[in-house]
Amino acid sequence: MTESALLRLRGVVKKFSAFTALHGVDLDIHEGEFFTIVGPSGSGKSTLIRLLVGMDEVTSGEIHLRDQRIDQTPANLRPTCMVFQSLALFPHMSVGQNIEFPLKLRKEPAEKRRDRALELLDLLRLPRDYYHKRISQCSGGERQRVALARALAFDPEILFFDEPLSALDYRLRKTLEKELKDLHHRTGKTFVYITHSLEEAMVMSDRIAIMNGGRFEQIAVADDIYGKPVSRFVAEFMGEVNLFEVTSEDGKTLSAPGLTVNTTQDGLPANGKGLLMIRPEYVQFASATDRFDYLVEGQVQEEYALGSRIQYEIKGPQEDLITIEKLRENRLENAVGQHVRLGFNADHIHLIGEA
Amino acid sequence: MQRLDRKLGFLSALPMTAVLLLAFLAPMAVIALFSIMPQKVFSLSNTPDFSAYRVFFSQGYYKSLLWSLGMALASTLILLVVCWPLAYGMAKVFGRFTLVLTIAVVMSLFVSENIRLFGWVLTLMKGGLIEGHIRTWTGVGFESPLYGVPIIVFGLVYVYLPFMLFPLAQGIAMVPDDTRQAAADLGATRWQILTQIEIPQAAPGIVVGSLLSFVLAAGALAESKILGGQAVIAIADDIETAFTFGQDWPLGSALSMILIVIIGTFALLGVSRVDLDAIMGRKR
Repeated sequence: MTESALLRLRGVVKKFSAFTALHGVDLDIHEGEFFTIVGPSGSGKSTLIRLLVGMDEVTSGEIHLRDQRIDQTPANLRPTCMVFQSLALFPHMSVGQNIEFPLKLRKEPAEKRRDRALELLDLLRLPRDYYHKRISQCSGGERQRVALARALAFDPEILFFDEPLSALDYRLRKTLEKELKDLHHRTGKTFVYITHSLEEAMVMSDRIAIMNGGRFEQIAVADDIYGKPVSRFVAEFMGEVNLFEVTSEDGKTLSAPGLTVNTTQDGLPANGKGLLMIRPEYVQFASATDRFDYLVEGQVQEEYALGSRIQYEIKGPQEDLITIEKLRENRLENAVGQHVRLGFNADHIHLIGEA
Repeated sequence: MQRLDRKLGFLSALPMTAVLLLAFLAPMAVIALFSIMPQKVFSLSNTPDFSAYRVFFSQGYYKSLLWSLGMALASTLILLVVCWPLAYGMAKVFGRFTLVLTIAVVMSLFVSENIRLFGWVLTLMKGGLIEGHIRTWTGVGFESPLYGVPIIVFGLVYVYLPFMLFPLAQGIAMVPDDTRQAAADLGATRWQILTQIEIPQAAPGIVVGSLLSFVLAAGALAESKILGGQAVIAIADDIETAFTFGQDWPLGSALSMILIVIIGTFALLGVSRVDLDAIMGRKR
C-alpha cells in the first residue's frame, strides 16, 4: 500500500521559532480516498495543510506527490489546490470569472473556459445563469459551491479543504457534508479534509487521522477510530464514551470496582493498567430475565433529551458516572432516581492499554 | 424613531451645508459669472460676451493648461509606481513600523510647502548643498538639475506623496490575504496576482490617491515657480497673474472655470467608478 500512496509525508517537522507545531509526522494518502484530519484547535492540523498546499515551508522532512518531491515547490507550481475556510472567492469577479480563473491562468481559449465553467455549475447543482452573478449576490451555501467549482476547474491531483463548512449554520452544514461526499464519489478525486468536528469527519471520510499536539494519535477507517481508539484522547474526542480504569494481575482478568472482565483481546501486561471502553449506545437497561455477559448495578442520576436519543447518567460502583444512550422509543419512564441493572456484551468492549 | 433619525441627519448636515453654500458655491457662481463678462471689467453689470474664453485660445493659455495637466499626469503615474511598494509594506508587512513611517510622512506636512521647496533649491542649485560639496571635494562640478520640467515633476511627486501614499495603503489593506494565497494556490504567478487580484481589489484606494494627487498637482504653481524657475508656466500661475498683475478678472475667471470643469469631470468619473464607502470602512 505504501508504495502506491499518492501523497507521502516522511518525518515532517514544522517549527515557529521556539514553538514546534509538528513533531515529525508520517502519512500516506491513497489515490481517490476521502481522508479527514481531525483535531482540536492548536493540534497542528492547519499548519499541516498549509505545508501540504505550499503556503508554508517545512522545517525538515519530506513531502512526495507520486514520484516527485514537492516540499520545496511553491504553491503556484503544485498540482494541488485548497478550498479555504474563508473560501477566498474573488469579490471583484463574477461567479463565472471566479470559476474560470485557473483556466485563464493556463491561457485556455474563452469558449472552452466558459463550457467548463457551465459544466461545473451543473456538477455543483447551481443554475447556469449564476455564471454572471456577482459573488456578493450568492448565499453562503452557493458560495461554497462556487469555491468548490473553482477548485475543481483547477483539476487538482488532490483537493484540500480547510474547514470550509465551519462558518455555516447546522442544517446547511449537514446538507453540504452529504453533497461533498456525493461529489467525491462522482469526481473520483482525492479529497483531504481538515476539521475540528468529529461528526463531519464520520459522515464523509473513508479514513480519519486524529491529531493532537502536533502528532497523529491514530489513523484508521472511521469505524475503527470510533470503536477501537488507541488512546483516551481519541476515545473521548470521538464522542460520548465510558472509560473504566482497570487493573489486571495476570493480564487477562481485568478488574474495576464492581466489574470483572475476562478479555478476549490481547489483554494487558501482568500487573498492567488500562482503560476499558464501552460506547453509551451499547449499554442496556437489563431486566431480571435478560442475559448479558456483564452486569453493573446503579442509580439513574440525570436524564437528558438529545433529540432522537435520550441520554442517562448512572452512578455505579465506579468513580465516574456511566453514560448510556437510548433511542427515544426505548425511553425509560420516570428514570431519575431509579435503581437499574446495566448490561453489556463482550463484543462491545474495547481495551485501551495505558503506558 | 426612524423619522427622527432622518430628521437628525438633516439637521446635523445643516451647518456644513450652509458653509458649503456660502464659502464654496457662492464664490464659484461669482467666478462663473465673471468669466463670461467682457475683458478687464470689475463689475457683473455688463453684457456677457464670452471674450475671455477666446483669449484662452488666441493668447496661448491653453499651453499652460496642457503643461499643468501633463505634469500632473506624469507625477501621478510616478507616484503610483513609487508609492505602491511602500504602501504595500505599510498595509501588510511593516507592522508597528508603519506608525513610525506615517508620523514621519505626516510631519513633513507641518512645514510649509514653499519652505520645503526652497530647501530643495538650496540643495540642488549650482554651488548648493550637493553640487558645492562635490565641486570642493573633486574639483568637478555639474549643471544644476533645477529650472526644467523634470525637476517640476519631481517637486510635484515630492509634495503630493502623502496624498497618494495613505489612500493607496488603505486600498491595499482591503485586499484579503487569503485571496492572494488562493490565487497562488490556483497557479497564479506574483505578477498575475498583482494585476488580477491586488490591483482590482485595491482600486478604490488607487482611484482616490490618484485623484487627490492629480487634482492637487494640476492646480499647483509653487513647484513650477520655485523649482522650475518658470521654465514652463502652470495654469494656476496664469490665473494668479490674471487676477493680480493683469487686473483682468474675467480672464482669470475663465481660466479657472476651464480648469474646474476639466478636473471636476475627472473627479466625477473616478469617484463614480469606485465604492467610496468601502474605503471609508463602512459596510453596506
